[in-house]
Amino acid sequence: MAEEKQERITDIGPPKYDTAWTPFIKENYGKWLYHEELEPGVLMHVSETGAKLWTVRIAGTRLMSTLHMRDLAAIADEFCDGLLRFTTRNNIEFLITDEAKLQSLKDKLKADGHAIGGTGAGITNIVHTQGWIHCHTPAIDASGIVKAVMDELFEYFHDKRLPNKVRISLACCLNMCGAVHCSDISILGVHRKPPLIEHDRLLNVCEIPTTIASCPTAAIRPYNFEDEEGKQVKSVQVNNERCMFCGNCYTMCPAMPLADPVGDGVALWVGGKVSNARSMPKFSKLAVPFLPNNPPRWPETVEVIKNIVEVYAADARSYERVGEWAERIGWEEFFKKTDIAFTPFHIDDYRFAMTTWRSSTQFKFTD
Amino acid sequence: MPITHKTPLLDELEKGPWPSFVTDLKRAAEEGGSDTANDLLGQLELSYVQKVGHWKHGGIVGVFGYGGGVIGRYTDVPHLFPSVEHFHTMRINQPASKFYSSDQLRTLADIWDKHGSQITNMHGSTGDIIFLGCRTEALEPCFADLTAHGFDLGGSGSALRTPSCCVGKARCEWACLDTQDITYNLTMTYQDEMHRPAWPYKFKFKTSGCPNDCVASIARADCSIIGTWRDDIRINQDEVKNYAESGLDIQQYVIDLCPTKCISYEDGEIQIDNKNCTRCMHCINVMTKALRPGTDTGATILIGAKAPILEGAQMGVSEWES
Ligand code: SF4
Ligand code: SF4
Ligand code: SF4
Ligand code: SF4
Repeated sequence: MAEEKQERITDIGPPKYDTAWTPFIKENYGKWLYHEELEPGVLMHVSETGAKLWTVRIAGTRLMSTLHMRDLAAIADEFCDGLLRFTTRNNIEFLITDEAKLQSLKDKLKADGHAIGGTGAGITNIVHTQGWIHCHTPAIDASGIVKAVMDELFEYFHDKRLPNKVRISLACCLNMCGAVHCSDISILGVHRKPPLIEHDRLLNVCEIPTTIASCPTAAIRPYNFEDEEGKQVKSVQVNNERCMFCGNCYTMCPAMPLADPVGDGVALWVGGKVSNARSMPKFSKLAVPFLPNNPPRWPETVEVIKNIVEVYAADARSYERVGEWAERIGWEEFFKKTDIAFTPFHIDDYRFAMTTWRSSTQFKFTD
Repeated sequence: MPITHKTPLLDELEKGPWPSFVTDLKRAAEEGGSDTANDLLGQLELSYVQKVGHWKHGGIVGVFGYGGGVIGRYTDVPHLFPSVEHFHTMRINQPASKFYSSDQLRTLADIWDKHGSQITNMHGSTGDIIFLGCRTEALEPCFADLTAHGFDLGGSGSALRTPSCCVGKARCEWACLDTQDITYNLTMTYQDEMHRPAWPYKFKFKTSGCPNDCVASIARADCSIIGTWRDDIRINQDEVKNYAESGLDIQQYVIDLCPTKCISYEDGEIQIDNKNCTRCMHCINVMTKALRPGTDTGATILIGAKAPILEGAQMGVSEWES
């Protein structure tokens, strides 16, 4: 046993980034001069050496079987000297150096049912989280909503163009594993009810001080009581008025579940960006506080998103991102044009509210 | 192996032009013979009917000597779906910028077919390769196979999370930094901090080669490293003329949209008052052939970005540049 442990390999880190690189990538590293988008999903990069590299991007599902991985590897072998890469937004890119192979690669991808697109001023894959496939705190599913939304917006992935790119992200609870809070459109799973407290097992499965400390709004306090049999029970209580349904307590304490089929649903946020181009990076702002959690295809969510995209497409100027457009026309006008109701829920009352309220006399009248 | 559960709701997600994860899971079950995929479909269908999830956060599971990289997960309905009774995930540190050789992909597939469920995420939000659905007793042998083939676990919990970066100089003309090298060096420097959580909370490094920030580091990394330059934007006036001839309205789409009004277009030439340029990338993004970042390149480092939980969302605050 002791010997075995000595042979155990640990802390070697990932394969070095260039182990997969072909000589072509190494030769042109840092020498790229410019690129062109030949069509949605197809890029051509030109090097200072005159060499050219074509990239064909296809939609990925993030959730992927090993059979699917093997199919991708086979395509890379046939066309790309075995090289491929995945993008930050879960797409797959095939890189080729021989223009003669470009058409046959595209034909092969189409024949195998892959969707080419996702570059430039359109809509690419939705960055998303685990949902009901794996996580313990989701308010909504992830992969299913992504599929339903992308089916409906598919033309913007594949060929139709927009004033600028529209980045959509999804997180299935407020923890936001995908950090969706700076996207043109964010789909966020929200709970709407405070946690249910399972007093009979809480002390066995949770530490009361860490549970209390986990609440950002200090809504949890100790609660000791005598049960029906006269036994002293040590537990906690939630001040429902203060609770913002974040689920943070549930991560610390499994005896405080808050998933609920009717109370849980989708909130939509709009107008965020991470790029520094033109205007500063921005947070997304609340557009729709609640839409029902409606599997398998979430029609209400899909419809509102499609409408936002279409109104933006018709009304924004070239290069304006959704947030830049909304700021130019005014958020009042954004709500009016997209036919989304502005409600009291839209008014920020969290602790940094003062930093987000309008402190200016500059606004536009709408009727 | 035929699928043993009826999935009428999930079947709806096999329709439409976007690739279907349901079709892929079915293939893993039918063609690949994965019991886990079969029961995962069954449990997911149940979630679709009931509109709630069925996973429990598990106790501590992991590989020997590591405090992270594995997320313990169990179903709360094991009597219905025994093959997903244990459904742990292994986070495997991806190569920086996610370039793979077909052999590397097949190696990963072989290892996961041997020890697990055949189901993966390529990739998780932080950047790791994710093996979904591992049984506790398979963790150690799977880990041994991974390290024997040059792969290692990523971070989880209150530790350094797996760093990630954009495609950088390997295929982008705007990269002002060696994003892969920075990411690899950070990852190797902090192996211990990544594998053995000892910090107050999670910590993320993300590196983008230019202010377009394709990895969204400014929104989600505790330490965001973004390439920039401090000399002049390189201008190719011949290409400026070509753009004008090809019909681009340079005044409207480039000059008028510059946030600092430091760029002008007169007599067919572009001039930039570089002192007033904030390196936002807009003009370069539009005129890829005519404009390029300068050559005195370095990094702007921003700290403190995070998602909203606890103190509200924060974006990175810029610290210095060099
Ligand atoms: S966003 Fe929330 S529910 Fe979704 S995977 Fe992350 S922690 Fe889990
Ligand atoms: S859900 Fe959030 S706000 Fe409500 S009690 Fe739990 S931690 Fe506090
Ligand atoms: S962040 Fe900049 S350098 Fe990196 S891939 Fe995006 S555009 Fe290129
Ligand atoms: S990079 Fe931005 S700020 Fe600088 S000249 Fe171009 S558009 Fe203006």
